[in-house]
Amino acid sequence: MTRDEERLQELLEKQQAGLLKAADRYEIPSQPMPAQDAVRRRSNIDEVALGYTETQARLEAMRCLQCKNAPCVQGCPVRIRIRDFVAAIAEGQYDQALSIIRENSLLPAVCGRVCPQEVQCQETCTVGRKFRDVEKSVSIGRLERFVADRDKGGSLPKIAPPTGKKVAVIGSGPGGIVCAADTRRAGHDVTVFEAFHKPGGVMVYGIPEFRLPKAIVQDEIDVLKKMGVQIVCNFIIGRTRTIGELMKEDGFDAVYIGVGAGLPRFMGIEGEQLVGVYSANEYLTRSNLMRAYEFGKGSDTPIARSRRVAVVGGGNVAMDAARTAVRLGAEKVYLVYRRSEKEMPARIEEVHHAKEEGIEFHILQNPKRILGDELGNVVGIECLRYELGEPDDSGRRRPVPVAGSEFVLDVDTVIVAIGNGANPLIQQTTPELEFNKWGNIVVDEKCATSMKGVYAGGDIVLGAATVILAMGQGRTAAAAINEYLTQP
Amino acid sequence: MRIGDVLFQEVIVTYKIVSKKQLSDNVFTVEVEAPLIARARKAGQFVIVGVSDEYGERIPLTIAGADPDKGTIRLVFQRVGKTTAQMADMNVGDSFGYVAGPLGRPTHVEKFGTVVCVGGGIGTAPLLPIATAMKQAGNTILSILGARNKELLILEEEFRAVSEEVIVVTDDGSYGRKALVTEPLKELCQRDPKPNLAVAIGPAIMMKFCCETTRPFQVPTVVSLNTIMVDGTGMCGGCRVEVGGKTKFVCVDGPEFDGHQVDFDQMMKRMSAYHKQEQQAHQAYQEHRCKIGLDRK
Ligand SMILES: Cc1cc2nc3c(=O)[nH]c(=O)nc-3n(C[C@H](O)[C@H](O)[C@H](O)COP(=O)(O)OP(=O)(O)OC[C@H]3O[C@@H](n4cnc5c(N)ncnc54)[C@H](O)[C@@H]3O)c2cc1C
Ligand code: FES
Repeated sequence: MTRDEERLQELLEKQQAGLLKAADRYEIPSQPMPAQDAVRRRSNIDEVALGYTETQARLEAMRCLQCKNAPCVQGCPVRIRIRDFVAAIAEGQYDQALSIIRENSLLPAVCGRVCPQEVQCQETCTVGRKFRDVEKSVSIGRLERFVADRDKGGSLPKIAPPTGKKVAVIGSGPGGIVCAADTRRAGHDVTVFEAFHKPGGVMVYGIPEFRLPKAIVQDEIDVLKKMGVQIVCNFIIGRTRTIGELMKEDGFDAVYIGVGAGLPRFMGIEGEQLVGVYSANEYLTRSNLMRAYEFGKGSDTPIARSRRVAVVGGGNVAMDAARTAVRLGAEKVYLVYRRSEKEMPARIEEVHHAKEEGIEFHILQNPKRILGDELGNVVGIECLRYELGEPDDSGRRRPVPVAGSEFVLDVDTVIVAIGNGANPLIQQTTPELEFNKWGNIVVDEKCATSMKGVYAGGDIVLGAATVILAMGQGRTAAAAINEYLTQP
Repeated sequence: MRIGDVLFQEVIVTYKIVSKKQLSDNVFTVEVEAPLIARARKAGQFVIVGVSDEYGERIPLTIAGADPDKGTIRLVFQRVGKTTAQMADMNVGDSFGYVAGPLGRPTHVEKFGTVVCVGGGIGTAPLLPIATAMKQAGNTILSILGARNKELLILEEEFRAVSEEVIVVTDDGSYGRKALVTEPLKELCQRDPKPNLAVAIGPAIMMKFCCETTRPFQVPTVVSLNTIMVDGTGMCGGCRVEVGGKTKFVCVDGPEFDGHQVDFDQMMKRMSAYHKQEQQAHQAYQEHRCKIGLDRK
């Protein structure tokens, strides 16, 4: 028996005897996530976080105090009964834990990996509060992943008898997948339309393999297919067929729009048209969806062979781009971010991983212009240093430029990861639909749009959001669609 | 499941090639089954084609024509890289991995008066539906078709059918006038009355010089840009160009723009970004082809 197994045994015995106190639980060390070696993983695309062992999972679960008011549940955007599923893991009841999660979330293997837990459930965790360190909270996300990964699938949800109603789901991101599953369960005839040649949305073309293996997303798509959902790829709503046509000519009774974000933002500085400047979306799509990292070995999509790369931004997208650049062989990767590290919107784990992989963080710096040679290739990026000034309206101290602090980073590639605007296609082709001034679709609390029978959710409604929020809206919309379609 | 009257099931939509013709040494035209695109498409739009479903490259091709009744679209492509070489090796009965579209905004068609249509090389193909639509809208069409030599000139007859006048130029003088397209374009601009609109489609360098030619005469000039693309739906920004000092996305804001506003020099540099890698891939494919004996056909 290993030391951890012994410890678990002792704790279990104590618990059985009713002697396990909060103080004992506090003493259990927070379980580290096993990870692939930082040097080795620089040259492969395999998943970095390897997942808890059973002993680790049960030890971690035993750290949970089972608070009466369960503050973690309040922190979860879809209100998973976290306290209860963690208790089930502590008892070794993994199937039960999974079914508790499934009551509220359809994609636990995905969310366990990519949710920003430290600003959701784990932020409000009493254990973390006690240690005044959110990284000491119970690792709810890792536990979620643990039970999801143990599930070998197989059992399909029950599907109600056919209603004869047809639902179109536009976009196969997390919102679309969940909306399709929930409306199909109600017995409707459901078709998912996807513009790309592979379904999965950002989970497939954006988030890299080393953080979210594509096989996990594929499993979810396969479940949809087995449930009888039709998935039609290479079909661009607004172009191949409009929403109006789907409803008037093709007999769809309800539509969910989950087309995600679009139009990557650029900084509007000199040199952004140079060769070697990418949006993170383009860089990641080339590498993930089109497997540019295998260029010449099965993939035909090229990508810059960069030596020195600057990534601009501080979110998950920026981390993903920087870490992808490392894996594509860059010798030096800089991450340039305008605010301080505390303000970085990326998941803490990704920030740690990025640093371990040798990415050099340039905090409180911002690009001023990109320098090019006579052939139009990037040869450097000029940045300006910032310092924290007075707090702004949000209470965050606003970064202000330090005059005369310009300096140049010697790079051949610049990847811009400062966010996206809205996807313009639906707006261009659906005049009946109401959009706000940023191009996002306006919906009510049931995710209903201004068009009868048409619902929307995810990034196209929220702007840049998260997988869990998109999933939550897919659910809300599905419930509303199911209700709408049963009206006489 | 049916959409329109098209039966939709993964296996039934096959993007099958129903006819294929070699127009010149490296230029091919195929008719492909894509019923919904054939019906929805308008002049000026393009599709994204993938040879294989898996990790093949996604390449944009302008739609050169469509038969909504037969449910087919016509594509014209030039063998330049690995993907187009693979396409050239496909035959009637073979299927593309996918064809997605129609993408981009359609050409703005109205009665302008006299429209000069300038096509260079394979750009002549996407120009044809525009010339046709302009003619149908009541315009007088004057066409200038350019090619490196006689053998590379395509679609002359089709253009004669819609044009009042067709001027053919070749670089080597093997057919028509020995000149660049800009020469007759300038002459047409000098006529009184001058043309009301020019539409130029061809290599970036040709479009650039067409715009320089028409600019002093203030003849509005539309160009159709063929930049690098990935998704074609406005998500990646790979297709961006500067138009009038603003960043535009060719796949959703274009592909047609006011040529007098386009920064062609930047665009040409960006278009050559992957030149070296593409040549490597093409070469590797040619060697592979040799080995499996394809090139003996
Ligand atoms: C690189 C990257 C990393 C991220 N990391 C995280 C993370 O760690 N944690 C997290 O919670 N969130 C993360 N996000 C954000 C998260 O992925 C998104 O918020 C979420 O995927 C949005 O889901 P969605 O349902 O709106 O659809 P999306 O996933 O955006 O998918 C939309 C789909 O619709 C398709 N589509 C678009 N237009 C059309 C059309 N006209 N017709 C048919 N189909 C169309 C698109 O091709 C796409 O497949 C990340 C995003 C990116 C880009
Ligand atoms: S091709 Fe990606 S945005 Fe235009």
